[in-house]
Amino acid sequence: MAEFLQFFFSGLTVGTVYALVALGFTLIYNASDVINFAQGEFVMLGGMSTVFLALAGVPVPFAALIAVIVTAAIGFALHRFAIEPARGASPVALIMITIGASIFLRGVAQIVFDKRFHSLPPVLDAEPFRLGGAAVLPQSLVVFAGAGIIVMLLWQFVDRTMLGKAMIATAANRLAARLVGIDTRRIVGLSFVISAAIGAVAGILVTPITLTSYDVGTLLALKGFAAAMLGGIGSAFGAVIGGLLLGMFEAFSAGYISSQYKDAVAFLVILAVLFAMPQGVLGRGKVERV
Amino acid sequence: MIPFSHAGWKIACGLAVLLASVLEPSAQTKIGSVLSVTGPASFLGDPEKKTLEMYVDEINAKGGVSGEKLQLIVYDDGGDANNARTFATRLVEEDKIAAMIGGTTTGSTLAMIPVFEDAQIPFISLAGAIQIIEPVRKWVFKTPHTDKMACEKIFADLKRRNLTTIALISGTDAFGKSMRDQCVAAAPKSGITIAYEESYGPRDSDMTPQLTNIRNRAGVQAVVNPGFGQGPAIVTRNYRQLGITAPLYQSHGVASKQFIELAGPAAEGVRLPAAALLVADKLADNDPQKAVVVNYSRTYQNKTGQAVSTFGGHAYDGLMIFVQAMQRAKSADRIKVRDEIEKTKGYVGTGGIVNMSPADHMGLDLSAFRMLEIKNGDWTLGSDAKS
Repeated sequence: MAEFLQFFFSGLTVGTVYALVALGFTLIYNASDVINFAQGEFVMLGGMSTVFLALAGVPVPFAALIAVIVTAAIGFALHRFAIEPARGASPVALIMITIGASIFLRGVAQIVFDKRFHSLPPVLDAEPFRLGGAAVLPQSLVVFAGAGIIVMLLWQFVDRTMLGKAMIATAANRLAARLVGIDTRRIVGLSFVISAAIGAVAGILVTPITLTSYDVGTLLALKGFAAAMLGGIGSAFGAVIGGLLLGMFEAFSAGYISSQYKDAVAFLVILAVLFAMPQGVLGRGKVERV
Repeated sequence: MIPFSHAGWKIACGLAVLLASVLEPSAQTKIGSVLSVTGPASFLGDPEKKTLEMYVDEINAKGGVSGEKLQLIVYDDGGDANNARTFATRLVEEDKIAAMIGGTTTGSTLAMIPVFEDAQIPFISLAGAIQIIEPVRKWVFKTPHTDKMACEKIFADLKRRNLTTIALISGTDAFGKSMRDQCVAAAPKSGITIAYEESYGPRDSDMTPQLTNIRNRAGVQAVVNPGFGQGPAIVTRNYRQLGITAPLYQSHGVASKQFIELAGPAAEGVRLPAAALLVADKLADNDPQKAVVVNYSRTYQNKTGQAVSTFGGHAYDGLMIFVQAMQRAKSADRIKVRDEIEKTKGYVGTGGIVNMSPADHMGLDLSAFRMLEIKNGDWTLGSDAKS
């Protein structure tokens, strides 16, 4: 039982990161039908910027705040200078643009930062504590809490504010949204900014556990995408569920089957979802009136 | 277009080529190097690059080797064996190097060996696995201690402490796999039983599932972690997180201060076999290696501001062995230099004292390894170790 709980918690921790990445994917996809493969880079930028600002002497909380703002600005720039000018292009072309952007960001990160692995001090510098036989790091709880707060804030945003409602409207039907006076361009830009900020926060929270380096973004983006597909692309709640599920699959397969194929799990999930239920766990199948 | 006849153009081109070959700048001896400066092996490849550049500059400033200057050409394979192979081919065909000192990782070295064997260019590798020099290949040498030696040194220490039942958790990269195989082969002879094994991918960020399985195995008295780079740092952190009390042994693949930085307080008490370089100032004054290692570590620290690592030391040894071979051969001819490299005897390096032979292209024995323990964030000579 103790090992089951241990796998469960380690799956939950890494799953939370996937969930936040998947949430970022979903936000942008909902607003603009673009799958943003630079999502993983936002996570990397959040972590690495904080590390380097902290190394330069800035107190870690401020470094984190500045890192989130900088990453959000990069998200905005990505939309404004790469996606927006190509808005008439086919979805495939837009995806290729985001892949190109991710390669670009990774290259710049190598030069601006460095190529080594880095860590951050954990928020709660305490001993791991026992929960039913499993050793849980206090930082894991910080990650869960952080993700929970983000999801809460996002929910309140779309539920209570006009801007949030405008985002829902744009996601539901872009043409109708424009007809009622919503500036969909600004909404899409906003979705990029919010996704980038979410990614950055995820990166900062998880670096004390998983370390960070300039190229952690690639694998994260793929796994986040797998999580978004599993949960049903287009559903924010599904993204969170998908991320947590994927993290658990990975941890359980590493613990019970073999650790050799841990990375393969995400790709197996994509294949399984595409074959068996393309709309994912919570997605709705696309219905077209003929 | 100047109206030249067809024959006229041919003559002009021929003359140009002739002129170019005559006006070619005086030949420098080109040393090629393919290192993993970025990627998961960056804390091995980066000090290697810095060391080679530093010392080639120093040698050239003193007039070069027997009057000939050295030119260093470095390519970064990013830890990818395919890239390494491509760069190796480029070094041979385009850059036309006289010798190669590089191959940070076992994977990249093994991928490049055929290129240098075919081109018959001496290749001094900086990687760990024993397959690089066993079976002996005419043109391939190496400076770091082998994984087999690491296993034997660790097992000797385990036996001394009466910890005979162990578990292995190894990286699935070439070095991790190779060392795991060597440990499995060496265990019976050393009186060690490997009760259980787990593995992890070199880029994994969480090893708690595997370590949980190890922790739940009854009778495991110690754990050995073959691997290098970021993986062992995370294994070490997870190890302490799970509260596993059995002693943890790492390989020489983590012999760099960066491992201690990444693993943090979790590294306390971890033991590993490593070159004397890491404890340079703590060596006895009559230790034959003391002068060389102290000199190298001071130079490296002053020039780069970073703590010394054994990987930079291996690059230093590789370069010096090549330079001394070139001096003895009195030429840069690859065949003569290769023969002289093979005749290296009594070279005191950062890794140990090197005595090569046609059957041994590494030249180190077990005494070249010291058993170290990490205490207070620094390397110390293991308290009960005799060497």
